[in-house]
Amino acid sequence: MSDANASPAYLRTEMLPSAAPPRRQEGLLGWLRENLFSGWLNSLLTVLSLVIIWSLIRHFWPWFAHSVWRANSLAECRQIITQTWGEGATGACFAVIRVRWHQYIFGFYPRAEYWRPILTLGLLFIALAPVLFSVNANIRRWVLAGGGLLCMVLLAVTASPDWTVVLVWALFAAALLLAEYAPMRLLMVTALYPVLAVWLLWGGSPWYPFMLLMGFAVGYGVSALVPRGVSALTGIAVTVLWWIFLAAPAASLATLILPLHLPVVQSSVFGGFLLSVVIGVSAIVLSLPLGILLALARQSNMFIIYSLAVVFIEFIRGVPLITLLFVALVLLKYFLPPQTHFDLILRVIIMVTLFAAAYMAEVIRGGLAALPKGQYEAADSLGLNYWQAQRLIILPQALKISIPGIVGTFIGVFKDTTLVGLINLYDPLKGISDVVRSEFTWKGIYWEPFIFTGAIFFVICFSMSRYSMYLERRLSREHR
Amino acid sequence: MTESAPAGPPAPPFRLSMLIYDRHYRSLTIQVVVFILLMLLVSWIVHNTVLNLARLGKDIDFSFLFNRAGYDIPQQLIPYTSDDTHLRAAMVGLLNTLYVSALGCATATVLGVVAGVLRLSKNWLIARLMTIYVEIFRNIPLLLWILIIYAALTEITPGPREYRGENARELFLGLIAPTNRYTAIPSIVAEHSPGALVIGRIEIPWLAIMGIAFFIAAIVLRRIVNARAQRIQNATGRRPTTWWINLALFVVPPAAMAVFFGLHLEVPELAGFNFKGGINVDNSLVALWLALSLYTGAFIAEIVRAGILAISKGQTEAAYALGLSPGWTMNLVILPQALRVIIPPLISQYLNLIKNSSLAVAVGYMDLRGTLGGTTVNQTGREMEGILLMMAIYLAISLTVSGVMNIYNNRVKLKER
Repeated sequence: MSDANASPAYLRTEMLPSAAPPRRQEGLLGWLRENLFSGWLNSLLTVLSLVIIWSLIRHFWPWFAHSVWRANSLAECRQIITQTWGEGATGACFAVIRVRWHQYIFGFYPRAEYWRPILTLGLLFIALAPVLFSVNANIRRWVLAGGGLLCMVLLAVTASPDWTVVLVWALFAAALLLAEYAPMRLLMVTALYPVLAVWLLWGGSPWYPFMLLMGFAVGYGVSALVPRGVSALTGIAVTVLWWIFLAAPAASLATLILPLHLPVVQSSVFGGFLLSVVIGVSAIVLSLPLGILLALARQSNMFIIYSLAVVFIEFIRGVPLITLLFVALVLLKYFLPPQTHFDLILRVIIMVTLFAAAYMAEVIRGGLAALPKGQYEAADSLGLNYWQAQRLIILPQALKISIPGIVGTFIGVFKDTTLVGLINLYDPLKGISDVVRSEFTWKGIYWEPFIFTGAIFFVICFSMSRYSMYLERRLSREHR
Repeated sequence: MTESAPAGPPAPPFRLSMLIYDRHYRSLTIQVVVFILLMLLVSWIVHNTVLNLARLGKDIDFSFLFNRAGYDIPQQLIPYTSDDTHLRAAMVGLLNTLYVSALGCATATVLGVVAGVLRLSKNWLIARLMTIYVEIFRNIPLLLWILIIYAALTEITPGPREYRGENARELFLGLIAPTNRYTAIPSIVAEHSPGALVIGRIEIPWLAIMGIAFFIAAIVLRRIVNARAQRIQNATGRRPTTWWINLALFVVPPAAMAVFFGLHLEVPELAGFNFKGGINVDNSLVALWLALSLYTGAFIAEIVRAGILAISKGQTEAAYALGLSPGWTMNLVILPQALRVIIPPLISQYLNLIKNSSLAVAVGYMDLRGTLGGTTVNQTGREMEGILLMMAIYLAISLTVSGVMNIYNNRVKLKER
């Protein structure tokens, strides 16, 4: 070891730069080889897709490129296209959307009152903001900013009165401030939202729905006063009694004191996306709690409860929604006391809710079944009673597992609201389009309304599914 | 949730308050209360119904089913004229529902499997294309697709007479002629037809019966051949080649039938104002079938994709390590496991498709909803009976399909101890 310290003959002091990859594997060429032409099957698929894309573009591009936005009838559209692009040219006539878009959005809602549905939509965003995902302030900001912007645009294009614009500005400014400094206060808006929405959309006095909502508060207050054990029963009983005996007089009293009155709008003028969103949102909001109850009932050991849940769920899932809507339209009047007048939209909402609840129950049952048995046993061993265990241990986990299914059901419900067109309501797809086509000026126009309504449905449903994916990622507690 | 009583000290004497406070008695109390409430609700509804029916001077009577229907149904699988009964009209409608559902399920499955597999393809372009297909069809209501395809068929396709004359249109592939009322497709005819089996007014061609019988026989024989191959493999370690036997089982009988009876395609031809020869398929059926297949196919694609992704890569690698070929890996390792994940949601997609076929009313295809729940109800004014019967039939179909598919599911399910 005498020459251990002697310097070696050669020592490299710096790393060699790595050699460039073969030219065939880098750059555009490499990417193409890797992703599009890695074998004969892949090349074939690529060529096939290119052919499909090319033929789609070749067919549809001229039609889009020649679209006409300013015209008053289909004939005028065609004339303009022929003048501009020569004989035999085809083109889209989006002028129909420009002229009739308000019917696709609001149906036959009176023009002077357009600000009411718009305000309802804005309040929906404010009511949703704290519920969507309250841990993340950014989501709240985006939802509120987006909702405010949408409202402003809608108010501007419907030429609504100036004071509504000021009102919406003030509302959203207040909501944004609240969201920054006291986000939980926004939940007040969420709780009041049903009353506000019903009042704004249908008009009349807000006090009756408000007093119905107050029933829950009164029931809750009384149940807190009586001893445990009977508190839940008392609460329910007080709520029902309030609804039956006190709600109406209280509402008249409140109307005397503070007469808030909006012009009444009949259900028959509801149409377009207003109708879809009203039915969809109500059914979505109501079906989730109902679905949870049904799923719990189906898991119950009480024979009667269990069998009721099974029969209900299997019956609803076994028949098409359209037959249920048909029941709402035709048969429900037989099942209720004679001369009961019952709003058609309300009947439809009830049926769609029941329909969605059955599907929701199955989705949530899947989540409950996927939960390890140890969770139930752990809850029991902590001495929690049934509802405590469900509320604190079981449901939060089960619902988290079932988020994709739940949102999938939401999307399905929203898409299914178009079926009301088949029972003579003015849904945006068929009802309104039929009305528009029934006039001579727009006779024979098909594609443009389909594209317009389809695009709106796509945007709403696609954002819901993306949101569910985000939520799933965000709530996942697994460590990967 | 009630638990079984723990053994130990004897149960305390019964007090009235235990009905609420004791778990066992409470569950009984709740059930009794719910049962009483339910009975009250049912009797209330029945009472109202009786009152309302009496007020309108109606009763519940199903004998209208045996009266003359008096309306025509364009698309029929069993002979039907407007002189037949409402019951027969309902049967025609039911068969139409089942027909379009079966067609739709078959094509949706093929489409869905292809799209689902291609979405996972390494090919960048085709994977994107399939993603676009799936997202577009999943996020837009089915009714829109039905209406769009129907409008496309009736508005864009030419009238039958445009297939004639100087600059006549060519038939698609020389076989299919889409027109604005129907799509003319070729039919299979036999030169020496053995006739048909006549049951009442229904005629089933012997050729169809023979074809189905040969097909079933081929499936059974294939099982026997494969079982024998398996036995030989177990005994000797060598698997005899069986693919040509299996192929022959399915190819030879139809080929023999074709030669023996002189089967050939009869291409539709324009005679007068309409196509004759071949089969004219009503556009409403084509639109409904295409829309149902494309829409459900998008959902099935997602299910297939999820099923394949659920199988860990280690399974493929393990199969390769054992020396299995890619084909065997797919058949013996991946597919049986993926199917376990795929089949339950697939069943519910099939059920959805059957129920969605009731949207036929939007394009005027006379299915169960169109006949029994539509024209019959309107003509006889028997809403209660018609709608309840229709719902019962749909329920029966759904329960049957889900029952059969669940049996299948139980067979492929992982046997857990």
